[in-house]
Amino acid sequence: MASSPLRYSTTNPILKKLAPIARKVLPPLVALTVLLVIWQILCSSPTSNLPSPIKAFNDTYNLIIDPFFDNGGTNKGLFWQILASLERVAIGYSLAVVVGIAVGIVIGSNTLLYDAFDPIFQVLRTVPPLAWLPIALAALRQANPSAIFVIFITAIWPIIINTTVGVQQIPQDYKNVAKVLNLSKRKYFFNILFPAAVPYIFTGLRIGIGLAWLAIIAAEMLVGGVGIGFFIWDSYNSSRMSQIILALIYVGVVGLLLDRLIAWISTFVIPEEPKN
Amino acid sequence: MMQMLNLSATQTQTTEAFLTIDQVSKVYSTPKGDAVVLDNVSLQVQEGEFICVIGHSGCGKSTLLNMVSGLSQPTTGQVRLREQVITKPGPDRMVVFQNYSLLPWQTVFENIYLAVDSVFPHKSRKTKNTIVEEHLELVGLTEAAKKKPTQISGGMKQRVAIARALATCPEMLILDEPFGALDPITREELQDQLLEIWRQHQITVLMITHDIDEALFLSDRLVMMTNGPAAHIGEIMDIPFPRPRERSRLMEDPHYYELRNEALDFLYRRFAHEEV
Repeated sequence: MASSPLRYSTTNPILKKLAPIARKVLPPLVALTVLLVIWQILCSSPTSNLPSPIKAFNDTYNLIIDPFFDNGGTNKGLFWQILASLERVAIGYSLAVVVGIAVGIVIGSNTLLYDAFDPIFQVLRTVPPLAWLPIALAALRQANPSAIFVIFITAIWPIIINTTVGVQQIPQDYKNVAKVLNLSKRKYFFNILFPAAVPYIFTGLRIGIGLAWLAIIAAEMLVGGVGIGFFIWDSYNSSRMSQIILALIYVGVVGLLLDRLIAWISTFVIPEEPKN
Repeated sequence: MMQMLNLSATQTQTTEAFLTIDQVSKVYSTPKGDAVVLDNVSLQVQEGEFICVIGHSGCGKSTLLNMVSGLSQPTTGQVRLREQVITKPGPDRMVVFQNYSLLPWQTVFENIYLAVDSVFPHKSRKTKNTIVEEHLELVGLTEAAKKKPTQISGGMKQRVAIARALATCPEMLILDEPFGALDPITREELQDQLLEIWRQHQITVLMITHDIDEALFLSDRLVMMTNGPAAHIGEIMDIPFPRPRERSRLMEDPHYYELRNEALDFLYRRFAHEEV
């Protein structure tokens, strides 16, 4: 009797290897199935306002299998819609990265500037992204640059604030080393300041990309044009609820991929964690 | 006793001393009023001397060292090196910090190279590489050149820190409890190594320690500080053992225990810490 569990574990080496993978993959699959079943039950009545998952899939089948069609105007496949949104995010976010890190380093290195600007930043960062849109439209007079500005202004605050903290927390030991070795400003920047602050900078970058992706959807709903945000709004206006659900899934997946992309880049840039 | 010390300090001022600590006081202003850390400390160090400073925690030993290294300034009085007033850190005085202060994102080689590159910017890359290699060899760490500080032991880290300081060819080596965090065997090894380096390089050493045996083994003179606040030099003990010193023979010398007891008496009876 006692030997039977032993025999199981030794005679099934393939099962043994698969077990940890199954342990990771099975629970989320089960959870997803349960949620889909609940959704199906809740929305299966004919009077339901929202489509059930099966109906949503059937309705959007053409969109799923052909994301690359282009019928002109805003009538394009989901690939082009997502790409248009990603382009805006890429421009706005890149600007926010460059300006945010630069401003963060300056503010973090100078106590007077920090005292002067930090209260202002703390107020501005709480302004919701869409509140910037009317100002952007008034100033820039065009839809697309305004959407990009909203991305920029949304993503920049966490980048500035985290970079500032990163620069401020540089251990006094390293600063003393720099002083004793008479490091030039350039050497100090590349050998001490930047490597010490870079984990904090990437925290800001990850928060920033998440907020940027949140903001682009909302901004596009208002400014229109090709883009996943306006696609959602347009679908709502033409009562194609299944399309909205499909778009939301795409938005979620792309948002996750963006976050993982920044995390992946950080593994190349962030120095090894000091242990003591 | 302070009166006498001051008198002797002023008397010898005309003779050429390498390092002169001249009636130095350090006062920090706090919200509760002024905190006097050091009160009227005077000390003369000859070129090539090995000086140890001992005293209880919080007696301002590190403050004193920081003023010699130039990391902080005396409130009153002066610290002079070859009659030049010390106002900032310089490559003639290198510091080995208690917690190693190596940059964790750079290899052992890069850590030392940064110092060499900063102090000798006009030397060729090849020459600078050679200097780094020589000093790695000096502390027996050629093998560890490509490792990161997180991958090596505490004793090795401190050796790197010493190599980094020596690679810039300073006239004076300032060590702040360099071996405090090491196990006894590693500590003895490094003490031997430090003595050998000191003998070969004819360098002046100022070193803080908590360890009476370490001070007796290493130094020419032992500076004993009274307790803070307002600490000053209580007594300076000449340590007359001939060099090169050998640990085992030193232990057999009856005079060793006389000096040891005298130092113990100073630290644990006359200036016992309040907490003890």
